[in-house]
Amino acid sequence: MKHVNVEQVQKKMGSRLFANTFAKTLFLLATLFGLVVLVVLIYRVIQDGAAWINFDFLTNKLSTDPERAGIMGAILGTLWLMAVVAPVTMVLGVGTAIYLEEYAKKGRIQSIIQTNISNLAGVPSVVFGLLGLTVFARGMELGNVVLAGGLTMALLVLPVVVVSSQEAIRAVPQFLREASFGMGATKWQTVKNVVLPASLPGILTGTILALSRAIGETAPLVVLGIPALLIPLPDSIFDKFTILPVQIYYWTLDSALVAEYTNLAAATILILLIVLFVMNSVAILIRNKFQKRY
Amino acid sequence: MQKSTRQDQHSRPAVSDLIAQKKKNRTVGSTLEKLVPGILFGIAAVSIITTVGILLTLITETVLFFQEVNFFSFFTGTELKPLGQNAVFGVLPLLTGTLISTAIAMLVAIPIGLMTAIYLSEYASEKARRILKPILEILAGIPTIVYGFFAFTFVTPLLRSFIPGLEPTNILSPGLVMGIMIIPMVASLSEDAMSAVPNSMREGALALGSTKLEVTWKVVVPAAISGIIASFVLGISRAIGETMIVTIASGSSKNFTFDITQSMQTMTAYIVEVSGGEAAAGTTLYHSLYAVAMTLFVFTLVMNFIAQYISRRFREEY
Repeated sequence: MKHVNVEQVQKKMGSRLFANTFAKTLFLLATLFGLVVLVVLIYRVIQDGAAWINFDFLTNKLSTDPERAGIMGAILGTLWLMAVVAPVTMVLGVGTAIYLEEYAKKGRIQSIIQTNISNLAGVPSVVFGLLGLTVFARGMELGNVVLAGGLTMALLVLPVVVVSSQEAIRAVPQFLREASFGMGATKWQTVKNVVLPASLPGILTGTILALSRAIGETAPLVVLGIPALLIPLPDSIFDKFTILPVQIYYWTLDSALVAEYTNLAAATILILLIVLFVMNSVAILIRNKFQKRY
Repeated sequence: MQKSTRQDQHSRPAVSDLIAQKKKNRTVGSTLEKLVPGILFGIAAVSIITTVGILLTLITETVLFFQEVNFFSFFTGTELKPLGQNAVFGVLPLLTGTLISTAIAMLVAIPIGLMTAIYLSEYASEKARRILKPILEILAGIPTIVYGFFAFTFVTPLLRSFIPGLEPTNILSPGLVMGIMIIPMVASLSEDAMSAVPNSMREGALALGSTKLEVTWKVVVPAAISGIIASFVLGISRAIGETMIVTIASGSSKNFTFDITQSMQTMTAYIVEVSGGEAAAGTTLYHSLYAVAMTLFVFTLVMNFIAQYISRRFREEY
């Protein structure tokens, strides 16, 4: 008895193999689509903006005259913003991660916090902007200053820091903790002297990635009411400020009126992309160089 | 003999002193030990407070809004004129804008994202993966404002040379670019799901004489379908909440239309326009921000819950 109809199989073989090759090419083309878009995007930005980047552009203040306009204010504003976001989000993020991984008992409270964090990660950033506007800018009467923007951003990127710190802490092998307990260390001593140092590279990587997300985020700060007007350079966390993406936003919006604003926006995008590239490279470097494998 | 003992007594504290000191240290240590869990719990509670804060601000101001505007006329109104003497608040123009831009984005992101995931998971060599995955990560890391610039200054002019009737600001171009932005998300989540399918299943199908395409389409994709669909739903949620691309490239016309060559406003773009503008606290215009944000929040929350439900409920464990 024949179980396989050889003739039938061979007749279909050609079309099946053709479909296989065709699909493979199609899938490859789909994958390369992303690469093509990336190349076109970067090419366009360089074409529009590279010629406009010079020392004056980096060090001048904002100006309505495109030839004299610079992004010093936006650069300083971004740095001041990070000076608020980095410590706040790190303390909150790492603290939450330690609580969830080392202290919380498996049960209701832990799963509520965990679910809450993953849902918070899905809330649109513009809603965080409204929270910042209502609570920090108007409720606490801070106004649209660095501190209000920084706290809003810190809450926005908090889930990223929590999740990556949790992964880093979870990767610390149990025997290290047991050895520490065996030497008579208490729980907090173990966390402080053993778990945290061992998970530090992972935590730092996650924090840098979270900061690079905050640097590129625009919507919450526009909602907070960052002005498009010329403002003095910020000197403290209680000053009004602008940041690179918001600057790009206003220049792009007005590019229909003043053609050179397109070039200014493109030049600012280049600076922003370079900053992000450096930050991500540092994050990957830390991960590869200092991460111990047990 | 006696001398040396006395010297010892001089250089070292007595045992009783040591014990006393140890006890003192222990009380300092144990107070800290008791305090730390409480402090950490307080820090962990900040995320809960944030959620509560979001809900409270949205709900209180939305309630005020519905005291001024009829609930049904808001959700069935096709006209949105928030400014001026006879302001009319109907959310349908914003809803259609949001849903149409999301639909366009997903028409791009779902097929290309899924095909990318299949290629990376099933076809690509280790070397190809090492090159292609970082490219996707770079695409995922580009700020949305940059995509907005790209849509407005490159994609729209390009499309206008094909489609003569396309307005300078329209919903088509930001929709397409938003789709490109979401490709990496769909691709990497779907790829994770497909990589989790055990090799023995592929080998079984190959041993029966299947081609690679048949293995992928009839074995791997069905086995990973819960993760794949969850990635689509998360992509939709992302598209609904995306702000800067549509704000820049789709303008602020509050048209109630289904014509994708026209300018439309999404819920997110409305929030940016009104809050960045002159809305004084306490006005109906200001309250409308929160009603729209509440609608947006509910939409994305439902999407996220659906994604979590699908991946939990229909996951096949191997």
